[in-house]
Amino acid sequence: MGERFAPHQDRSELHGFTLVVDTDGPEIYIGRCDDVTEREVILLDVDVHREGDGNRTKEQFVERAAQVGTWKKHDMMVLPRGRVVSIRKLGDL
Amino acid sequence: MPYSPLLVNPMRAELTSCGFEELLSADAVDRFMKEKAVSGMLVINSVCGCAAGQARPGVRAAIESDARPMHLATVFAGQDIEATARARSSFPEVPPSSPSIALFKDGELVYFVPRHRIESRSAEEVARDLTDAFDRYFAAAIA
Repeated sequence: MGERFAPHQDRSELHGFTLVVDTDGPEIYIGRCDDVTEREVILLDVDVHREGDGNRTKEQFVERAAQVGTWKKHDMMVLPRGRVVSIRKLGDL
Repeated sequence: MPYSPLLVNPMRAELTSCGFEELLSADAVDRFMKEKAVSGMLVINSVCGCAAGQARPGVRAAIESDARPMHLATVFAGQDIEATARARSSFPEVPPSSPSIALFKDGELVYFVPRHRIESRSAEEVARDLTDAFDRYFAAAIA
């Protein structure tokens, strides 16, 4: 017991993890990582929050997501790396 | 589309071989929720190797605890569609994820481990999270 399964070794080491991807704009995304490359971050089953929506900041949205998870709003999103300011694992928060 | 039984059956057996009742229909889920969720654990199993590979051995280790819930059950996401949907309808406030683990006491959801709390952890850590929850919610019942 304890051996980590290592699937899809042609993908980023973040493949399969639920990621919090913050951008330089008002949007923050949470989704399951398909891949992270030099050019883009590809997320599956994605929830997105805009700063201030529902009177919640980005971090308040993330705090809630860390407790219970997220509701999928998009099957897949491709985010340009140039817009990404941070990538965190939701499970680490 | 469901995966081949050749792939999935060993993943089912990893839980059924240690005492989990497999809920294959909505009716079976309803019976579990009505009769056994007084002290129960429901594992939403998954093919996903990124997280289920830690979830199943973690669950198997956790149920060695004396404080474990009395009734153990599982549904298989992506395979047993109707049963999984009915199980998730038992906790509609929680976003669906798989694998995931739900603990019930007196028919109420008291603890939930979503997928993102499994994928970042080892099986030992998953087991520790669960046994801590067992102690919190079920230990008094056996004291």
